[in-house]
Amino acid sequence: MRLAEHRYSSIASIKGPLLFVTGVLSARMGEVVRVLFPDGSEMEGEILKIAGDTVLIQVFGESRGLDVENSSVIFSDAVKKAPLSPEMLDRVFDGSFRPLDGEPMFVPEGWTPVTGFPLNPTSRARPEEFIETGFSVIDGLNTLVKGQKLPIFSSAGLPSRELAAGILRQARMTRKGESDLVVVFVALGLTHHEYAYYMQTLEGMDTPFVAFINLASDPVVERLLAPRFGLTVAEYFAFERGMDVLVVVTDMTNYCDALREVSTAREELPGRRGYPGYMYSDLASLFERAGRIKGRPGSVTMLPVVTMPEEDITHPIPDLTGYITEGQIVLTRALHQKGVFPPVDILPSLSRLMQRGIGDKLTRADHRDTANLLYKHYSKGRDLRSLEAIVGREGMSATDRGMLDFADAVEGEFIHQEGERRNIAETLDTGIALLKRFSLEVP
Amino acid sequence: MKGRITGISGPTVTIDVKGLKLYERVAIGRARLLGEVVRLEPKRAVVQVYENTSGLALGEEATGLGNPLTVRLGPGLLNRIFDGLQRPLSDLAASQGPFLLAGEEIPPLEKGRVWIFHPSRKPGEEIASHDILGHVEEGPFRHFITSQGACGCLASIMEGEFTLDQPVAVLEGGEEIFATHDWPVRTPRPWRKKLPPTEPLITGQRCIDFFFPLARGGTAIFPGGFGTGKTILEQTITKFAAADMVIYVGCGERGNEMAEMLEEFGSLTDPWSGQTLMTRTIMLVNTSNMPVAAREASIYTAVTLAEYYRDMGYNVLLLADSISRWAEALREISSSLEEMPGEEGYPTYLSSRLASYFARAGVVETLAGGTGSLSMILSVSPPGGDFTEPVTQACLRTTGSFLMLDTALAHRRHFPAIHWFQSFSLYEGDVETGFEKKVDPRWGELKKACRMLLQREETLREVAEIVGAEGLQDEDHLLMNVAERIRRDFLCQNAYTEDAFSPPEQTFERIRAIIDAYNEAKERLAAGEPVEEILKGGAP
Repeated sequence: MRLAEHRYSSIASIKGPLLFVTGVLSARMGEVVRVLFPDGSEMEGEILKIAGDTVLIQVFGESRGLDVENSSVIFSDAVKKAPLSPEMLDRVFDGSFRPLDGEPMFVPEGWTPVTGFPLNPTSRARPEEFIETGFSVIDGLNTLVKGQKLPIFSSAGLPSRELAAGILRQARMTRKGESDLVVVFVALGLTHHEYAYYMQTLEGMDTPFVAFINLASDPVVERLLAPRFGLTVAEYFAFERGMDVLVVVTDMTNYCDALREVSTAREELPGRRGYPGYMYSDLASLFERAGRIKGRPGSVTMLPVVTMPEEDITHPIPDLTGYITEGQIVLTRALHQKGVFPPVDILPSLSRLMQRGIGDKLTRADHRDTANLLYKHYSKGRDLRSLEAIVGREGMSATDRGMLDFADAVEGEFIHQEGERRNIAETLDTGIALLKRFSLEVP
Repeated sequence: MKGRITGISGPTVTIDVKGLKLYERVAIGRARLLGEVVRLEPKRAVVQVYENTSGLALGEEATGLGNPLTVRLGPGLLNRIFDGLQRPLSDLAASQGPFLLAGEEIPPLEKGRVWIFHPSRKPGEEIASHDILGHVEEGPFRHFITSQGACGCLASIMEGEFTLDQPVAVLEGGEEIFATHDWPVRTPRPWRKKLPPTEPLITGQRCIDFFFPLARGGTAIFPGGFGTGKTILEQTITKFAAADMVIYVGCGERGNEMAEMLEEFGSLTDPWSGQTLMTRTIMLVNTSNMPVAAREASIYTAVTLAEYYRDMGYNVLLLADSISRWAEALREISSSLEEMPGEEGYPTYLSSRLASYFARAGVVETLAGGTGSLSMILSVSPPGGDFTEPVTQACLRTTGSFLMLDTALAHRRHFPAIHWFQSFSLYEGDVETGFEKKVDPRWGELKKACRMLLQREETLREVAEIVGAEGLQDEDHLLMNVAERIRRDFLCQNAYTEDAFSPPEQTFERIRAIIDAYNEAKERLAAGEPVEEILKGGAP
């Protein structure tokens, strides 16, 4: 504990969002500092590295205007913390936790380090209660459960925004009578247009929410901070107040690019595609905060949106995400062009926790069999499309033509939903009706 | 040796302590975080710290602890879950609550627990340096206690109830021998002789046992992209493999998977012993969001535990999911040390470290005179599913079996998604004779037939894509049909049903039925029967 506030004017160099301060007597790893600009304004920063008496600081904001002579840094002797209070509900903040909705900042009940702490695996409760999103392709075939981390893998121009907004609007817990659901929405690098769209969705919802908005014009470094604020708030509502929290983060690609930018400025050795080698662990430090705790009510469920650069699922961002999250919902251009919404490609999509969240007493007794049959026959139909491309429909057998039609019907009637919300019973019935219509086995 | 922190960068901390040894343990900061010395320079040392360095301050004290990172060996490790540094996770939860906070030390073996010692030697006898003195019962096992290097005439030996802080034997010089001892994790435990691996390690997975058998004392890697079923396959093997005990390391992977495994294993029955699976298992867990440097240590903690039970004459299986996360930890530490990077940023010593690690597997004649084995199965997570990456390639050079998990198969929900052309097992020849003797003499013949059928199917499939299924000859129709049966009914295995475990006899029976049915169908075709009739009747 420091007895006096330490203030240094010995800034040795400034590079983008990074500051080197020399002659430092006492510094803590991860310590929060206040950077004082020559014009009197202030910004927060964090200590990233200590080498002898030189300290590397990352500024949480635009470092434009800082200079080596007339700026100074005050060390706070504390790590970055988030303020917490039940009054956070229905508030909108920026990426640095400053109010954006015109209301004054709330009085915090307490403060918690934003990095959180890892959950002891023996304290984890298995995620298994069903969250009904209202979209058949998710509820029926890639079921989302409380405590899961399930991303949406999208590409440029695909309606990930509409899907995320749809889930926000339609998500319901089906087991309890009333929903104790809270949404934490973290937006990274949004355009004003997207911001308006999401805000309209949030304000039209009954569900209480907390929003952290970082626009494309806001400081890049905030993109590293905002998800951590969001998750800290989510953990508070979930594990201290027993609520079920759905955390939607969009877009993780902007997060990873910010990570790469800071890493490059730190002259760290780049990994694949220039992203830092520790990106896996960094993403894990976010995604692994989803879950449930044994003996405590409440859950944190994460739905990050990842726009795959170059539509390439082997790109480091979706690839590393896939290794951490419990499945993925993959959107595809081919379906989007056919007018299917949501354009989810079933084959690469997966919910790893689905098996435990479905069946008798959870969704419906015939859920598993229906899903397996739909998947099996759809995938046969998909395989046959390559044959069709060569020999044409006429060159194929009647059975094969039937499979092709079945695949089309699944896309057009099961996956595609024109603005209507379906509950799980309707989803399963729609699937079974399709199987019956094509004289396929039913459960 | 005391000193102060002079620099902090990620998981590495620089201290101005002199006189430390490489890999010596150090307590860093007021919180006394544990680390190991990884670099020594004239006036300073660099330490890799196994916990989150956030909050450590410049100038805080650092103390050399005098010995390298060790693991505590003794009765009471089975049926438990630890982190990579052997801290018992359930005890940590009881003491800290559900979140893992830094710096707490909890001994891995319970002090007050009472054991019953069954001596096998008598006072007055001459004890050689690694003789077995007796055993305690632990779960379904006899946990043998040796003299651990001490030798001389036995003055007294324990009989009946005791706790671990009491000596189990005293020699005539006054030397006390305890049931527990520490072993440095980076030093392989010694053996008398290494023997070639010739016994199969039965996994109960048809594709593996039949086509790519693992050997007791052998090594195997399962590389695959995400979603290919690595973890499910590893967990299924953990449940059913014919090993005495299993050490499972969750290295940098999902917390939910570990929690689920712990719960399952506490309730499922081991088909070989009849007790719960957990009684023959030790789990070591470092999840992906736990401190990265600890992953580096965790695989060494695990292999030392495995060697300990091997030295008692048991067949031990070590599984790690996933070795790629260890390599990433190695890369991060190397980067903090500003070492010159190799391919893809990994340190140039990645291959040699992996090779040394694999070398700790094997069948050995133990110092006590018995035979024990340590088998290793490691999953690999190649970025982008690209197997040409450094970690997969480095493993390929030393591994005995390579089971490639294929994304295309996984997308077709063909599980386990083992690619039957790209995978291999160098132990195949050795263990085949064993299978032919113990299960059925036709084992090798049927395997060859299967391989040939699958190979032929591959060629025909390309033809069928052009001319359509109708364009194929009748014999080829039959072949496509049997190949599909092989894939669907033999190679595929559902980890969630009773089919999850298929002992070799059952495996053989199933493939025999398929191949014999095919041969019969071929005869009927040759006799003039139309292929549609054969497929209708003969097909399942």
